[in-house]
Parts: sequence; structure tokens; C-alpha cells
Amino acid sequence: MLYLPGNSPNMLLRGHLFRPDGLIIDLEDSVSAGEKDAARVLVRDVLRRGDFGECEVTVRINGVGTDCWRDDIAAVVPCGISGIRAPKTETPRMVKDMDEYLSSVESKSGMSVGGIEIFCLLETALGVWNAYDIATSSPRVTAIIPGGEDLAADLRTSRGNEGTELEWIRRMIVVAARAAGVDALDTVFPNISDDDGLRREAGFVKQLGFDGKSVIHPNQIPIIHEIYAPTESEVERAERILAAAREASERGLGVAALDGRMIDAPVIRRAEFTLQRAGRARESDERRVKSCR
Amino acid sequence: MPLNAADRDIPTRIDGYGDTFGKLYEGPFERKPDGRRAGGRIRGSVPHGGSKVVGGIKDAIAASGLTSGMTISFHHHLRNGDHVVNQVIGACAEMGIRGLTIFPTALFEVHRDIIPHIKSGVVSRIMGSVNGPIGQLISEGGMEAPVVLRSHGGRPRAVMSGEVRIDAAFIAAPTADRAGNISGRAGRSACGSIGYAFTDAECADCVVAITDNLHSHPISPVSIPGIYVDFVAECERIGDPSGIVSGTTAVTRDPLRLLIAKYASGLIESSPYFMDGISFQTGAGGIPLAVTAFMRDAMRRRDIRGSFGLGGITGYFVSLLREGLVQKLMDVQSFDLDAARSILDDPNHMEISADWYANPWNCGAAVNMLDVVILGATEVDADFNANVNTEADGALLHGIGGHQDTAAGAKLTIIAQPLLRGRIPCVVDRVHTLTTPGQVIDAVVTEFGVTINPRRKDLLDSWQEFRPGCDIPLIPIDELAERARRLSGPMEPVRTTDRIIGVVEWRDGTVIDVVRQLER
Repeated sequence: MLYLPGNSPNMLLRGHLFRPDGLIIDLEDSVSAGEKDAARVLVRDVLRRGDFGECEVTVRINGVGTDCWRDDIAAVVPCGISGIRAPKTETPRMVKDMDEYLSSVESKSGMSVGGIEIFCLLETALGVWNAYDIATSSPRVTAIIPGGEDLAADLRTSRGNEGTELEWIRRMIVVAARAAGVDALDTVFPNISDDDGLRREAGFVKQLGFDGKSVIHPNQIPIIHEIYAPTESEVERAERILAAAREASERGLGVAALDGRMIDAPVIRRAEFTLQRAGRARESDERRVKSCR
Repeated sequence: MPLNAADRDIPTRIDGYGDTFGKLYEGPFERKPDGRRAGGRIRGSVPHGGSKVVGGIKDAIAASGLTSGMTISFHHHLRNGDHVVNQVIGACAEMGIRGLTIFPTALFEVHRDIIPHIKSGVVSRIMGSVNGPIGQLISEGGMEAPVVLRSHGGRPRAVMSGEVRIDAAFIAAPTADRAGNISGRAGRSACGSIGYAFTDAECADCVVAITDNLHSHPISPVSIPGIYVDFVAECERIGDPSGIVSGTTAVTRDPLRLLIAKYASGLIESSPYFMDGISFQTGAGGIPLAVTAFMRDAMRRRDIRGSFGLGGITGYFVSLLREGLVQKLMDVQSFDLDAARSILDDPNHMEISADWYANPWNCGAAVNMLDVVILGATEVDADFNANVNTEADGALLHGIGGHQDTAAGAKLTIIAQPLLRGRIPCVVDRVHTLTTPGQVIDAVVTEFGVTINPRRKDLLDSWQEFRPGCDIPLIPIDELAERARRLSGPMEPVRTTDRIIGVVEWRDGTVIDVVRQLER
């Protein structure tokens, strides 16, 4: 998932070309206080064009506790985004406030209520401590994400190359996410010229159980995809899972199983995602060749 | 007004250029040469004759017999570090010589010093590439006669066919000896190859070497032998080394350019030409250098050994030679100091002339052996026509370089560039100026993907069969143009007068397009 500054038309229009899985359009830290209104208008206009390829689009709004977050939600939610990234989420109450306001905006815009997801950024010690409660505070919560720089500051330390300061926090977030049934997504790797460092960190967080990682530079995307690319055995297992699910469905069984383990909806979703990543665009590419002749 | 074969209106007569009857562009390979080659004045020498070394530039000009109204030539191997053009034109002005036609391979920003001499009439005509401020001056009507733009191959063709006669060639010589032997490989202004100057040396009526590194003993290796050189003039500095290095020598980290380069490299890899013996030209700058880097990875991965690299050579290309990924480098201009050092040390790094490189009217230019070339353009249109001369505002700011020649010669010609530069679209409905026709351009690669000319059904087939993965989008040209329109919004049309300030020749000497004066 690639962060795009909300005040950069160039990046907003081209970010999807680098083929991240998702775009995070940022109205918070990359936009100075004096540019908030202009950036909001720009982001709204770009969202209305809706040209983001196959990327899922979310918007990092300004935090609950600022004067901007309601305006941000009102501007971007009717424009067809998947969700919002909520910075500095510390308590379930903050999520509930966002949930209520999202519902009112969805309702006013004629959208189905509850469709917009919330990705919670836990950027303080209190937020991390409340991770499970935050993750379960609304059915809209889709993922919890540790903070990077802000969290390090709150912990009275700093970001280091080895990520020691975030190690325990990352483990806790994975546990909380799994317990709550939401995704765990990792924070950004800030050194954009250190490809080896990014590769090391992405491998580590994947092993911890994180479902993905945010990036701040397009050149970081291939490295994340390389680390998260399905192996042949993962592809084979995904195919077996889907075959087993199909068979169970055809036989009218409520629950499918494979190798003695139950296959439920998230497992099926993950298997579909694995196959999609392994073979995406093959069909559409053949269609494009025809259209160019 | 007659239309040429590229559907461009060309007047039957162009003031300051001449009649265009029989000179209209007919197609990329239609015009055939006849007759005999032209050459310079025959000179003789006697054993132990007088010294060729004269006191300085003014003495050399006087010795050459240069008078008002004549044609003088220069090369551009010192690029934006060149001091020779300004010194020679300045000296001509002081000597009262006027009405000169200058015939440089290219002029750069550094040559803004000759603008007063254009305004005062010392220089009345330019035949050669004009970059930057001189181009702007001409675009705004600052010169009576139109600039004549020729490609790197079209220029030696014009000289050798007698269309252009050079009265005196002033050759910046990074190293020279008293016998007039010249080399670009050493000296404080070393620039490597001086291939653009070869034809001038062979065909000019008088040849003057201007050097800041004069040896009393014969030098070796020699680029231009003293048999062609009449006089040698010393000056304090022929160039500024910091301006001689061209473009960037490090592979870009710019994600957009990397993406375009990755797509271009993917297209090459999917083509039928990606096999042992592949030859290619990529040039300097962010995207070409990155394409070279991606191709290097692909060649290693698929154990491909190339044949030769051509054209402007960079240090990165030298590393391919050293690694054995190409067997030879054919170097008409060395873009950086690594390339200049390599041409001095490595016999597999060959110095070639512009004639050898790209002249369509010889027995076989190197471009005809090219498999793949990566080029840029300021505009490409729906017919794959390319404009490399004028900017979006219509100003004539760039030369043709080897664009026409390599596009015509290579089996796979790729224009690789961002879809927009700032907010200016690079893919348009119709190019403002036609430099290279779409018949010789095979693909356009932008950040939005690969666009293959429908004429190349074989490439579409190989793309479908061998495409290197599923992650490079294929996009039709109409859709690309529509995307550019949507992103840029409506553009103001370029407003020009009827007056012609530039003539763009196709490499065979026919007129493919004209450039008109901007409205003030």
C-alpha cells in the first residue's frame, strides 16, 4: 500500500501505475496546516476521476482531535473510496465517533451505511495497549497498523535500522489483530534508498504474521511484492483449498475441510488472493493485444 | 502549397533555402543517390615544407583565406563546454568578416555569445542543430535565413553529395601535433570520440585544428590524420571539462523513469531480437541508462551475449563491454569521462565517424545493423510520427541528432518517455513538427505501458507469445492520446506566422517539414 501526498497532483494521478495493492492518499502529515483545504479539494477531484487501476483506495484523514477530520470524511467518502486510515487512534471511543460520522455521511450521500472501512493507525503507547479493544470497537475496523516515527517518539526512543523499538509492538499487534479477526498491516520503512534494509524488515514482519506493509516510495513496491509473492507451494495449497471449497459447496456441505483443517470464508478469500497475485492480468493482457491490432 | 508524402504543406520556394521542387519528402527509403562524391580542394605539400602551426585563431582564419559569405564548420563533441565556436566567430567579427554560414553539428547554451554576431550580420545563416537560446532567438524571427536541420547521418550525406561545401572547418582538437594529427582521447579537454568531425576534415577546402594540447612529436592513436589538416592553432582553452560530460552517469532512482525503462526493457526482451548477437543503442539520460541497466539484468538472466553497442557511448555501456555482454562499442560521441577513457584504452571500443554511423548514402552505415534503439521525443502522435525539434510552445529548441537515422536503421525503434512533461502532453493528435515519420517508429513506451505500432503485427505476436510476465500493460495509441488529453486538459494551439524559420530535412535531403516563426 503506497502513501501518496494529498497535495501532489503528479503522484495522485500516477501512483497506481506502480501497481501497489492499495493507495493511501494522505491528508495528514504530508500536508502542511495551511494547505489542508486546498489538498482536500484536490484529493476530492482526483478521487472523482476514479482512475486508479486495480488499486484499493483509502484516505488517511486528519486525526480525531483535530478540526479537520469531519471535513476530510465529508469530502472523500462520497467519492468511491474503500476506507479511511485513522491516524493516532488511541481508544475505542475515537473509533465509535468516526463510525457514527461515517454513517451520517454515507446516509446523506445515498450510500449503503457501514461500507466504508476503518484502518486504525496505532501511533501511541496507549493506542497499542488498546489494540484489541480498538480492533473490535466497530465492524468497520478492517486492520490495525503500528505507527512508526510518532510511536517511537511516544515511546521516548527513535527509529533504528534493526527495528528493535517496534519488535514487541509488532508482535502484540499481530496477536490483537488475529484475536479480533482483522488484518495486521505494518508501518513504512523510512529509508527509501536502503533496499536491503527494506527486504530484511519485510521478511521479518511477514514471518511475524503481518498481512502487508505500507510504503512511502514506488521503488519499495517490487520488494514488498517479492517478499509477499506466493511460493509454488502456497499457490498449490490455494488451488487445493478452492477445489475443496467448491466440492463442499456442490455436495451441500456447510463446512469444507482440507488436511484435517476447516476451511472458512477468510481462508477461501486468502486462497483467492494468492491465486490472483500469482496470475493476475493474464486474461486482460490477451484482450489488450487484440485491441491494439 | 504542395503536400509531401508525410502530408505536410511545403512551399515551392523557401526564402533563404531555395526551391523545394524535387526536394519534397517522398518516404523513408524512396530517394536514391546518383552521381559522384564531392570532396575538398586538392592540396599539395613538399618535403620539409613550412610549419602548419600558426600564431593563434586569427592567424589561422587569415591563413585559411576565409572571407565574407563563406561557410565554416564546427563539431559539438565539447558540448556545453565548447569554447571554440565563440572564439572563432568572435575573431571573425573583429577581422570584419560578415555574412558567414555556420555549419556546426550542434550549438548549445554556451554558444549564446554568438547572438550579438547574428544580430550584427557576422553570422547570417545556420545549418545545424540549435539548442537553447539561439533556437529561441530564431523561433522569434531573429535571423533572416531559416535554420537547416539535418540528422547526424544527413549532415555528412549533404557534404559528401556536394549539397553543402565547407570552405573552412575549425576542429576543436583536445590533442594535436605539429603535423596536424588530431585526437579527442587525451588532453585536459578530452572528449573521447570526435567522430562528427571526420567528414568535415575529409571534405572541407581548408581544415584548421584548434588545440590547447599541442605536441611536438607525432601523437597516437590518431583520430583525424594530418593529411587532411592545413593549419594548427593553439589557444589557451578549447573547452571546459565540466560542460563536456553529458547527462547523468548514474542509473536514476526516479520511479517514473524506472517504470518506463522497465517496460521498454520488457518490450525488448519480448521481441524476436533478444537473442545472442543483439545490437543496440540506448544513449544517455535517465530512461536510456535505466533501460541499459534492465537489459543488462535480462542478458545475464537469459545468458544472452550481444554484438555491439552504438552511438553516443556512456560509462554504463563500457561496463557492458567489460563484462562481455557486448563485443564491441562503435562510438561516434563519448558522453562521459569513463567512455573517453575506455576509447583510449580498449581496442574493442571503436571510434567511428558520423558518416559510418548514420549516412544513408554510403555502402553501409552502422545504424543499418542495429537491432534496437531507444529514443525520446517532445511529441508523438496517433500515427507514431515523432517531433524532436520543437517544444509544446512551438519554439525550435532541439536538433535532430541521430533520431531519424537510428529509427530508420533499427529493427525495433522505441520512443520511451513520460506521457506528460509537467502538464504538457507528449502524445498528441498531430505533432507540431514532423522529424521522424511513424513508418520507422515501432513502439511508444510511457508510464502507462507499451504501445506497439499496429503496423508491427509481428511484434504484437511476439508480445503475446513471449511477453516477459503479466505485469506490463499494453495500451493502444488512441487510448494513450485520450489519457494524455484527460490528464493535461485542453492545450492552447501554437500560434505562428507564415514565415519559415527552420527547414527540417529527412536524412536523404528531402524536406519533411518546416518550422514557422512564433507569433509575438
